[in-house]
Amino acid sequence: MNFHRVAAVLLRYAYLIRGSLSRVFPLFTWVAIDMVLWGYLTRYLNTITTSNFVPTLLGAVLLWNFFIRVMQGVTMIFFEDVWSRNFLNVFSTPISVGEYLLGLVLSSVTTSLIGLGVMLALATAVFGFSGMAYGAMAIPFLLVLFVYGISMGILGCALVLRLGPAAEWFIWPIPALLSPFVGVLYPLDILPAWMREVARVLPASYVFESLRSLVLGHAVSFAPVLWGMGLAGLHLFAACWVFRAVFRRAVRTGLIARYSSESVS
Amino acid sequence: MDGVSFCVRPGEIVGLLGPNGAGKTTTINMVMGVLEPDSGFIAVEGSFLSTQRSNALSRMNFAAGYAPLPGNLTVYQNLRVFSLLYSVAHPRNRIDALLEQFDLRKFRHVKCGTLSSGEQTRVSLAKALLNHPPLLLLDEPTASLDPATARRIRLEIRSYVDESRAGVLWTSHNMHEVAEVCNRVLFLSRGRILLEGDPKTLPALHGKKNLEDLFVAVALEPLSIEQVSQ
Repeated sequence: MNFHRVAAVLLRYAYLIRGSLSRVFPLFTWVAIDMVLWGYLTRYLNTITTSNFVPTLLGAVLLWNFFIRVMQGVTMIFFEDVWSRNFLNVFSTPISVGEYLLGLVLSSVTTSLIGLGVMLALATAVFGFSGMAYGAMAIPFLLVLFVYGISMGILGCALVLRLGPAAEWFIWPIPALLSPFVGVLYPLDILPAWMREVARVLPASYVFESLRSLVLGHAVSFAPVLWGMGLAGLHLFAACWVFRAVFRRAVRTGLIARYSSESVS
Repeated sequence: MDGVSFCVRPGEIVGLLGPNGAGKTTTINMVMGVLEPDSGFIAVEGSFLSTQRSNALSRMNFAAGYAPLPGNLTVYQNLRVFSLLYSVAHPRNRIDALLEQFDLRKFRHVKCGTLSSGEQTRVSLAKALLNHPPLLLLDEPTASLDPATARRIRLEIRSYVDESRAGVLWTSHNMHEVAEVCNRVLFLSRGRILLEGDPKTLPALHGKKNLEDLFVAVALEPLSIEQVSQ
């Protein structure tokens, strides 16, 4: 592992961010809008019921948005290379697939932490959210969602590399597609059996089930979160394997050299 | 490609010639690791591309008109990023020297996307020399340059080769340029090497007046040329 080459991926993104307001605004705009929307919905629900929806609903939305930011943090930096047709320049350098992916991940850490910071500030200052409601479990919750977000981001990059730039439209809806299965807003019990089976293999579902259980005052169990962490690790391993396989195929077929929406088949 | 085998020696500029679709860019893509050959091997200074990819790629660099550097970064930012990718020692000094060498100082903080195609080609050439590559791959490096700039670029590359003893694989459709800079040429046709030799003596050996006539003959009648060369 050569950290100069990893730093090159980071530096490139830093240059792009520094010189472009249109890249800076999305880092905090959408998460802020979501916090305001769900914050007021939570406040309204609190006025018509006796429950406190802030930790279960607003907290869950905050965590889910963190997952989305992590995933999109990875894919956005990859898309920058797609949009500027930079594959030939990048992959003819000594950078390895592992170094390139680590560069994407570290860039995503930076952008997702900015999003998390903005969400926490808004949710705490305006809607009375407290991360203390989850205690020490907040850290494993974030860790599972971070690893899962990274794995979905890498898988998204592999899909776009394999199918071409037009396939980026498959990537943006992935979080929306996953959210009904992982139970961000409701317990998994209310889902039909087949959806619950799907939820079993999705690491995020263990986070949101544990979160609700914790807030409702049930005994804290680390087992589901550990299981979620193990699954997230498996997802990450599988995503890296898929990306490497797609990259090797792209080199075998010459796809890297002629990468554009018109030439990928 | 079919049975293509050649070497580029230190201090040598090898011209890769042939009509459109002959396999020149395919050959360069294979050498720079973005297209895997079905069989055979590619090695740079003893490092095999298939098994020591990073080592082999750190010993080469390339410039091509169809692969400009990202237009959304400035000239300096692009060179800084690629200096990290190639682990260049003292990158600021190296970048300053290359900006001077390729007359790019005034474009240091200009985004590459706003440069003319000739200026972008010069930026690509500056990138290609960042790591003092022992093997330089140039795919039609002067295609979009005016004659004066093209001549200057040829001189810069020639002087780089003389100083560093690097090897260069150079494709071009400009036969005068090839005759001027190349020590040896390889004629490709339909994925095979048809002819190889000194660009100054090769045309006469095949009954042609100059390299351009030989090129036309290879493009139009590759079989007759192949029979003569056998």
